[in-house]
Amino acid sequence: MQDYLLILLGTVFVNNIVMAKMLGLCPFMGVSRKLETSLGMGAATTFVLTLASGLSYLINTYLLGTELAYLRTLSFIVVIAGIVGFTEMFIRKTSPVLFRVLGIYLPLITTNCAVLGIPLLNVQAQHNFVESLFFGMGGALGFTLVLVLFAAIRERLEAADVPLPFRGTSIALVTAGLMSLAFMGFAGLIK
Amino acid sequence: MLAAILVMSGIALVLGGILGWAAIRFRVEEDPLVEKIDAILPQTQCGQCGYPGCKPYAEAIAKGEADINRCPPGGEDGVKRLAELLGVEPKPLDEGLTHKPKSVAVIDENLCIGCTLCIQACPVDAIVGAAKQMHTVIPELCTGCELCVAPCPVDCIHMEVIKEDVSSWKWRYPIISLKRAA
Amino acid sequence: MSAARGRKLYTFPGGVHPEEHKAESAGRPIAAMPLLPLYVVPLRQHIGEPARPVVQVGQQVLRGQMIGAPQGYVSVGVHAPTSGRVVAVEPRPVPHPSGLKDLCVVIEADGEDRAIDMTPLDWHRMDPSALRNRLREMGLAGLGGAVFPSFIKLNPGARRQIPILILNGAECEPWITCDDRLMRERASEILIGAAIMRHMLGAEQVLVGIEDNKPEAIACMTAAAVGSDVEVVPVPTVYPAGGGKQLTYTLTGRVTPSRGLSTDVGVQMFNVGTAYSLYRAVTFGEPLLSRIVTVTGHVASPGNFEVRLGTPVADLLAAAGGERPQATGRVVGGPMMGFELHDTAAPVTKAVNCILVKNAQLFPEPPPPMPCIRCGECARACPVELQPFELYWYAHHRDFGKTQAYHLFDCIECGCCSYVCPSHIPLVDFYRFAKSEIWAREREKQAADQARARHEFRTFRLEREKQEKAEKLAKKAAERLESGAVAAEDPEAARKKAILAAAIEKAKKAKEAVQPKNVDNLPAEVQREIAAIEARRRGGADEPEAAATARTTPNP
Repeated sequence: MQDYLLILLGTVFVNNIVMAKMLGLCPFMGVSRKLETSLGMGAATTFVLTLASGLSYLINTYLLGTELAYLRTLSFIVVIAGIVGFTEMFIRKTSPVLFRVLGIYLPLITTNCAVLGIPLLNVQAQHNFVESLFFGMGGALGFTLVLVLFAAIRERLEAADVPLPFRGTSIALVTAGLMSLAFMGFAGLIK
Repeated sequence: MLAAILVMSGIALVLGGILGWAAIRFRVEEDPLVEKIDAILPQTQCGQCGYPGCKPYAEAIAKGEADINRCPPGGEDGVKRLAELLGVEPKPLDEGLTHKPKSVAVIDENLCIGCTLCIQACPVDAIVGAAKQMHTVIPELCTGCELCVAPCPVDCIHMEVIKEDVSSWKWRYPIISLKRAA
Repeated sequence: MSAARGRKLYTFPGGVHPEEHKAESAGRPIAAMPLLPLYVVPLRQHIGEPARPVVQVGQQVLRGQMIGAPQGYVSVGVHAPTSGRVVAVEPRPVPHPSGLKDLCVVIEADGEDRAIDMTPLDWHRMDPSALRNRLREMGLAGLGGAVFPSFIKLNPGARRQIPILILNGAECEPWITCDDRLMRERASEILIGAAIMRHMLGAEQVLVGIEDNKPEAIACMTAAAVGSDVEVVPVPTVYPAGGGKQLTYTLTGRVTPSRGLSTDVGVQMFNVGTAYSLYRAVTFGEPLLSRIVTVTGHVASPGNFEVRLGTPVADLLAAAGGERPQATGRVVGGPMMGFELHDTAAPVTKAVNCILVKNAQLFPEPPPPMPCIRCGECARACPVELQPFELYWYAHHRDFGKTQAYHLFDCIECGCCSYVCPSHIPLVDFYRFAKSEIWAREREKQAADQARARHEFRTFRLEREKQEKAEKLAKKAAERLESGAVAAEDPEAARKKAILAAAIEKAKKAKEAVQPKNVDNLPAEVQREIAAIEARRRGGADEPEAAATARTTPNP
């Protein structure tokens, strides 16, 4: 049990997928303009990523094995695309505004490098099924955490008197860099 | 080779099945987004956006056919709120469209010949009168769309900017000069 | 016995201790004003709908005669302060932060000061609703500054009774002493007013809250309350102890809910001045014609005056010996919550409790504001536990949604935050700006919703008219065919006729359901005639609206 907890804590804080591994920066910058949107994006990504980690583990272990390993990336992308398609329909039905606000970033979860990265990292680290699930969920929760934090900062930044050349994405990137530095502080959390 | 084809088509089949089921289960009948956009539009029904009213414009925005910066009565503020709702960057009003101060139509009652053309033009039923009788605008109901000005054959309708009074007065934005304290 | 000892007091958060400056004006008794030649009575003196003028130019009026009748629910009457002639009903300068003009009735006094017949009200026996109605006509509104119509507050409503009545004599704002003087000089009258309020509300307990920097007023009120169970409670002097929610909490420990009323926690509060005016209204039948106003600051002889409503501020200042040289402006109300008076021609209204004349020594020009350093002083000073710096952050960026998320509308605009701000930011101005923007948007939204409803109905109506017209035309054509075919008995025509007859019958039946008409079974000529008339009528572009709206069911 402790292992799972460590995986979860490790992926959320220490090896945060955005802040430490620098994956998934595209939606991180794209959908962090409003708090509600970032929460929605976080939830959608968490759903997709947890399912994708589990499914890709099953596919990798039982369908591909070693002889079909060259199909790994291809099959993972197919699975992710399927789950994203399902999520898209679900969100469209339940929250049209969120659907509209997430816009292009919702189908782009498919090509979110974090979402593909985590199943591949799972294979690399030779996680078992439950570990894979925790790793996926932890990564997604870490993504949600920084996304929400960043959105909250950006909402305040919106009202700030930023020098003209720094307005918009540039100040956001500077902020993201500072946040990444701050997340380095978690490095010694788990030995 | 055969194994690879079988595996991939198997995955595709299963996922296809799930997606097909989801498409039926989560079918969306009408886009409620239209209502939300329509709620932001000022309802002047002036047609300056190129659509025959606020609702058609809202529908066009929801479908992605029209841009959000085509509503002059809503002004910058309206564009900003549409941008917020739709999660896009606000932008200035489209070229050729300018935001005017809110005004109402006034009929010069001495000149009015009672032709009823303005009544037919008014999209919000804010003009009262009958054939060959004097017409008048109900100022509280007028949205200032100016649609009645052009049809009048005797040019007896003009727009008047609404003056601020004690009840509609707003506190001004406090002006702060960030000078170094002497 | 009015024993104040022993009552547990609660301390509200925040608050400040500005210099009091009460001594300047508190020493002298309330002075009467001489009768003036001209009074300017604004019709908007209370919160809610302004009164509707009911006098014409040239008309003679008597003191106490209604010149503005209440319109709408939240509204009260306005009365002539003296007898004379109405010389104008026009926009004039009024005491309002905008400096704009507003509709006023201008009365030229005839010097006789004759009054209308005033009949005292029998408040013990009178029907409560009738009594409230009379108070509405008599123009009673809260004299503490909010000028909310008193008759509404005196309605216990569905609760049937409000257990605690609080008289607010705290008068926490610096410089102002009008309530202080009133309590010193007319304590027993105030308590009679309180007894009437208590009767109307069914209150079990009456508390009088007075800041402990007014020992004379406390002594006078305590002496007047001997023999009754009215409790006079000295409360600690801290601004804003006289705020409604603050005084309620101090005296009872009850917290008025956010955006709620004190009646939600069983408390109703009135200013002592309102209690006094209620006493006058009930015992003499006299409408609200005057109030006590403090004139202080940089004037020759500061003091309190009993001022008829409609008295131009210039005359009031003259009564206080006039402004001393180098005055830099005038404030209506106190230094914390008051606003600049733009024109001394503006009259005293029900809301004006103080005219404060400024000079450079007492009110130096504030240093230029500096950026907010988020020191949090304002949050410590805020009596409603808001985060003023956050409100400022979003209000200055015009992010009004966020300001509401930070509870902008719980702000009482007391000015504590601006007072303590080390960067001298006019914080309250930002909140007022944000509030009025939000209200304006609310108004616009309502107007837009109504416009949408009208537009939708119009579209629907036009569609229906088009349909009706088309149906009529079809019917007419069919009839023409029918009457023409009678001559030639050819089988093809007969078949067509039968089909048409069936169609007509069907259309008629459908029509009857929504539009019964006595045109069935008429000779063909008559029917044609009707159709022709109908068509002519229809041909006219505008059918009377009433006829169209009367039948709201669309035709099939």
